[in-house]
Amino acid sequence: MIWEVELIIYLFLALSAIVALEVKDMLVAVVMMTIFSFLMALLFVAMGAIDVGFTEAVIGAGVTGILFVVVVFQTSRKSND
Amino acid sequence: MNRQIDSPIVLLGARLLSPYIMLFGWYVIIHGHYSPGGGFQGGALLAASLLLIRVAGGSKLAELQIREFATTPLAVIGVVIYFATGLVAMMMGGHFLDYEALPIPGMEPAWLRYTGILIIEVGIGLAVMAILIMIYDNMVRGEDYA
Repeated sequence: MIWEVELIIYLFLALSAIVALEVKDMLVAVVMMTIFSFLMALLFVAMGAIDVGFTEAVIGAGVTGILFVVVVFQTSRKSND
Repeated sequence: MNRQIDSPIVLLGARLLSPYIMLFGWYVIIHGHYSPGGGFQGGALLAASLLLIRVAGGSKLAELQIREFATTPLAVIGVVIYFATGLVAMMMGGHFLDYEALPIPGMEPAWLRYTGILIIEVGIGLAVMAILIMIYDNMVRGEDYA
């Protein structure tokens, strides 16, 4: 793969990881984790591990995102007092 | 969860996307023996298409697809397909999961191997799909989103 494109993907990977760690809103963190997984899948495919990238895209960016959203909605309650 | 207004756009998007994801999941399962992917990835895609409808449409819409009590038997059926194929091959004189020993008459050994892997992957895909949906259903039990 073209190394410039790969470098840009690496930069966005680090950026999404830092944002996911530092942000206060958990929903934004979940979305950033999904973006991280998808960029990771792109990098796996670029490195030649197509099967691993496929699994990462399906599980990391698909099913885990839904489960994380459910967990966020179940653990964060707005207190009324 | 704070109640939100039902959004028809989200539901329309989910309904538009879900059948194509499901079709792609079956494609991945059926082509699993000579292309990337396989039973696990295809099953996860099938589960993703069903979970999309569950997240967007709520439990009333999800009851039309797969009800909650049906997930455990489907997972068990998938595991049984896997182990039955392996044990039948073992009983016919081969090793465990030795597809050439499967008792399907009138088939070349190469085609027999293709068919054996296909049967295995349908079982794995069914089990993965049912268990991922079961996890979601157990997580949202008693509460209805969307």
